Amino acid sequence: MNSIDPKRNRICIAILAMGGQGGGVLADWIQEVALHNGWLAQGTSVPGVAQRTGSTVYYIELARSVDGRQPIMAQMPVPGDVDVVIASELMEAGRALLRNFVSADRTTLITSTHRVYAISEKAAMGDGRGSSERIIEAAGQRSKRFIGFDMDAATERSGSVISAVMFGALAGSEVLPFTREAFEQAIKDSGIAVKSNLAGFEQGFRAASGAVALPAQPDHSLPQPTTPMGRQLHARLISRLPQPAHANALHGVQRMMDYQDGTYAELYLDRLEKIAALDRAPFELSAETARHLALWMSYEDTIRVADLKTRASRMQRVRSEVRAGDEQHLSVTEFMHPRLQEICETLPAGLGHAVLSSKRLTSTLDRFFQKGRHVETTSLRWFLVLRALAKYRRFRRSSLRYREEQARIERWLGDVQAAAGTDLGLALEWVRCQRLIKGYGDTFERGLRNFEAIRSAFFALPPERRSAQWLAQARSKALADEKGEGLKAHLSLAS
Amino acid sequence: MAERSFKAEVKKLEAGAGETFTGEGILAVTKALLQSGVAYVGGYQGSPISHLMDVFADANELLTSLGVHFEASANEATAAAMMAASVNYPLRGAVAWKSVVGTNVASDALANLASGGVTGGALIIVGEDYGEGSSIMQERTHAFAMKSQMWLLDPRPNLPSIVDAVEKGFQLSEASNTPVMLELRVRSCHMTGSFVAKDNVRPPMTVGDAAASAVRDTSRIVLPPANFLHEVEKVEKRWPAGVAFVRDQKLNEWFGPSDNEIGIIVQGGLYNNLNRALELLGLSDAFGDTQLPVYCLNVTYPLVPEEVNDFCRGKRAVLMIEEGQPEFIEHELNTLVRRADLQTRIVGKEILPRSGEYTAQVIIDGLRKFLAQWAPGIELPPPVTSQLPASVASQIPGRPAGFCTGCPERPIFTSMKLLEREIGATHVSADIGCHLFSILPPFNIGNTTMGYGLGTAGASAFKPKDKRAIAVMGDGGFWHNGLTSGIGNAVFNKDDTVTVIIDNGYSAATGGQDILSSRADNSVRTTRHPIENAVRGIGAKWVKTINRTYDLKKMTSALREAMTSPEKGPKIIVAQSECMLNRQRREKPQVKKALAEGKRVVRERFGVDSDTCTGDHSCIRLSGCPSLSIKPNPDPLRQDPIAHVENSCVGCGLCGEVAHAAVLCPSFYRASIVSNPSRWERVRKRIVLALIGFLQRRDERARAAQAF
Repeated sequence: MNSIDPKRNRICIAILAMGGQGGGVLADWIQEVALHNGWLAQGTSVPGVAQRTGSTVYYIELARSVDGRQPIMAQMPVPGDVDVVIASELMEAGRALLRNFVSADRTTLITSTHRVYAISEKAAMGDGRGSSERIIEAAGQRSKRFIGFDMDAATERSGSVISAVMFGALAGSEVLPFTREAFEQAIKDSGIAVKSNLAGFEQGFRAASGAVALPAQPDHSLPQPTTPMGRQLHARLISRLPQPAHANALHGVQRMMDYQDGTYAELYLDRLEKIAALDRAPFELSAETARHLALWMSYEDTIRVADLKTRASRMQRVRSEVRAGDEQHLSVTEFMHPRLQEICETLPAGLGHAVLSSKRLTSTLDRFFQKGRHVETTSLRWFLVLRALAKYRRFRRSSLRYREEQARIERWLGDVQAAAGTDLGLALEWVRCQRLIKGYGDTFERGLRNFEAIRSAFFALPPERRSAQWLAQARSKALADEKGEGLKAHLSLAS
Repeated sequence: MAERSFKAEVKKLEAGAGETFTGEGILAVTKALLQSGVAYVGGYQGSPISHLMDVFADANELLTSLGVHFEASANEATAAAMMAASVNYPLRGAVAWKSVVGTNVASDALANLASGGVTGGALIIVGEDYGEGSSIMQERTHAFAMKSQMWLLDPRPNLPSIVDAVEKGFQLSEASNTPVMLELRVRSCHMTGSFVAKDNVRPPMTVGDAAASAVRDTSRIVLPPANFLHEVEKVEKRWPAGVAFVRDQKLNEWFGPSDNEIGIIVQGGLYNNLNRALELLGLSDAFGDTQLPVYCLNVTYPLVPEEVNDFCRGKRAVLMIEEGQPEFIEHELNTLVRRADLQTRIVGKEILPRSGEYTAQVIIDGLRKFLAQWAPGIELPPPVTSQLPASVASQIPGRPAGFCTGCPERPIFTSMKLLEREIGATHVSADIGCHLFSILPPFNIGNTTMGYGLGTAGASAFKPKDKRAIAVMGDGGFWHNGLTSGIGNAVFNKDDTVTVIIDNGYSAATGGQDILSSRADNSVRTTRHPIENAVRGIGAKWVKTINRTYDLKKMTSALREAMTSPEKGPKIIVAQSECMLNRQRREKPQVKKALAEGKRVVRERFGVDSDTCTGDHSCIRLSGCPSLSIKPNPDPLRQDPIAHVENSCVGCGLCGEVAHAAVLCPSFYRASIVSNPSRWERVRKRIVLALIGFLQRRDERARAAQAF
């Protein structure tokens, strides 16, 4: 079982973890196993601020004394001299690669493939995530043996801690000259959470011999029609839209019906077909329009939020997400901040507009909408209020917000159509600009402001400079910083 | 109570002669102190030797039974001043702190101590926070040893050598009437290993005995004319005595062949790295049988001229492996070989990097250059170089340290961020402590940090006309010196600044040790001394205590008021909420017990509705909580990842407060999970659930009929 060079009197193990993940516990277990089996063991770590959620390296050397002589042990991994690297998270494995702790002729790399996102990835206004695939590929190429699986999921399944799963994977890799029982004994000897840690160990042990696996991705299976109206729309969609747009359009139609009704879904298809008529292979414009049109047409108004918040399926989801047991009571409180603006937008257009345009009325009424509300959806009172609001959806078409959004959508589609006639690439970039408009309150307003600013700057450009590239750049600038300085700079270059 | 308990481990400290002691470096040092008959110990916590203080505290019973006095000193200067006990009396004493910062603070007392000299052995254990993982300026303790004339030990990093250095350190101190510093490098403090123990020794004289029979000797006090005599004594008596002891006791070591054209001199603490480097170059083996002569300086100050000259004589070149800068040892070596008129070339920083940690890899690279020049005949294995391609490397995000999940300091900075939107950017003088993470994303708040407890002092130059500067200070720094250097100074000078004192109940960044204002009961210290009383006592008038930092509204309005109040003079906000790490540690066992007993327990946590989250992440930019993360969008049409609350959420409530205060989005929810609900609760819940369920089923049917 031992793949370590017999002439080499040591095994070097580096553990890359984040503060609070139990890397120290794992290091202790490994040393225990070694000590109980007649080896010498030395562990080192760096205490201090890195252990407050930063990344940190634990390093272990196992060796044997020869003729009573003690080996000289290193205190940090040395590139080219590390037998095993264990990482608790995929980017930490990446960091091990970056630091050259992994070498193709020596190192067994054992890592979790799940992600704990760094602050720079989380705080991005769009998608700031690093590529897991590239790390996996490099890990496979640059290690002697690569073991990777979702240790976080294994931890969940076993109700254990990730260090136990890592320990199990190390045992399962059979890279150390100790038996499975010896590993398990270390867990038993520690006397802490023995049962759950052994369960985690078992998960890791088994996964070590499996194929490299990334965490499960959300399932996006295509919706199947279940009603006569659904089947009719399905047939229309299949016959009139190019195949590459089908998936998004199916999701879109389903969403329109969920959001409003069949007629709204027909409006969606009417709009979509107009764009598709201008498209040609590979029909990326149609597919992306199917996506972004659906997202825009299902804009998040108070009615939609109330509807989604009161569904039985939502309560079930919350229950499992927060892990409330069957015996436990769950109450859910929403943090809502309905402002006068949103209330008026829900009112019939005339009325809403009248209130919003009267200074006196707004300043009088605004007082009642300054405070955030704690809405306990699981109480009967608030449930009924939200449900009533959700029922208001049948009057949605008369609301101020509906009128405003439809006008924006029409204008946007007009821009797309105009561009599609001459430049499909530009049309596609126009479609993608929908991504700027999302969220609620301040976030929504900022997005809309950016969209409008980009649009007017675009049309202020001389026609020969109105390119897809310019638009794509403007969009990525708008999503680069919250204060909009990058965008401002980009737009000021336009004028 | 400190973050980590050593209650179980301190039992090992009772090990007797011949027993094998297995444990961490800091425990080994403690054991060595007890074996040396130490009479008193003290110090101030800080990485990497925080746990040494925790070990002392947890070993209090053993220390008391041996007649050893232990104090958790107010700061490093206090600890150093405590060593005055070794001036007149044959008392062995040891203090510990983080260096170089702690040595900076202690240097006044240390200089006085070193001037008058000591009778009993005085050992200063410095945790050298240099290199990877360090949180402080990269400087050398070596300079302090030189300027005050204290000897500096840097033993080889294995437990027997470290234990031996402690024991020999006391003897060296007594033989030369000089305080001795023992440098423990970052990775040696928590390094595991074993050594053969000796019996613990009761101090022949205790601090109590000494106090009972006071001795006075004015020639030991730093005041003319004694101060001038001290200087002469240092040069003429103590220095030669120290050098003689190091030489006669063979504290330094030699490895490898005795004659060769080249050789290596190394600081003891780097010896293991050097041997690994030599081994990987094929010039040594795992047991240190090197093919090149190595002179290992377990005492890096003072150098022993005879030893240096003997080693260098006959060698064309000697490589000095000395970490950090300036290269004091290299300078001294050059002086020594010149004085001895040896033609040996001392090679050091000309080929080794001037800055940064000397890892084995750095030493390998240096050795290659040295050997290429001075022993080109030696054949070396080819270098292992294979950089990760940039396209992969660019995917790996940095992972700066940050506030823990549910940290009560986070909402303070969220408040400052929100206030910034109203009044614009402000000059913020930061301090040392967990709160310094505010300078990192997502908050990016803080302009300077001048040292522990010096936040307010760092803002004292600002005499604003319109906009006040904000200073941040932690409770640890406040009691360390901030009360006088910050608040007292601001009162006296009529500074018109705002100080936020973060009162989380512990010296949290160093591992949760108790301090004066801790709310916990501590059987051997007194706690519960409110910060507000202290600042009022020193003369501050505008003082506000916020007793729940998570209340964003209150926190923000207190800040706004402090920034805009017409009142002159320092404005002090004491922001209180318990360190979440310590609170969890305290509460978790209680909750577990209550659950086991079938009592009603409410657990709160937050969540994000994936249906309504649109993936803008504003909430994250105002929080940065580790449990508030992102996940792939479950929506087939949306592409940006959505916010997501992980199960590690402790329900501190900030997410909800932020959603309200910043008018973010309706996606956040708070879930209250009640275990063992009361009978009345159960009846009520059943009725409500039945009604809601009935309506939901009806709506569901209607929706299904209209669905796709």
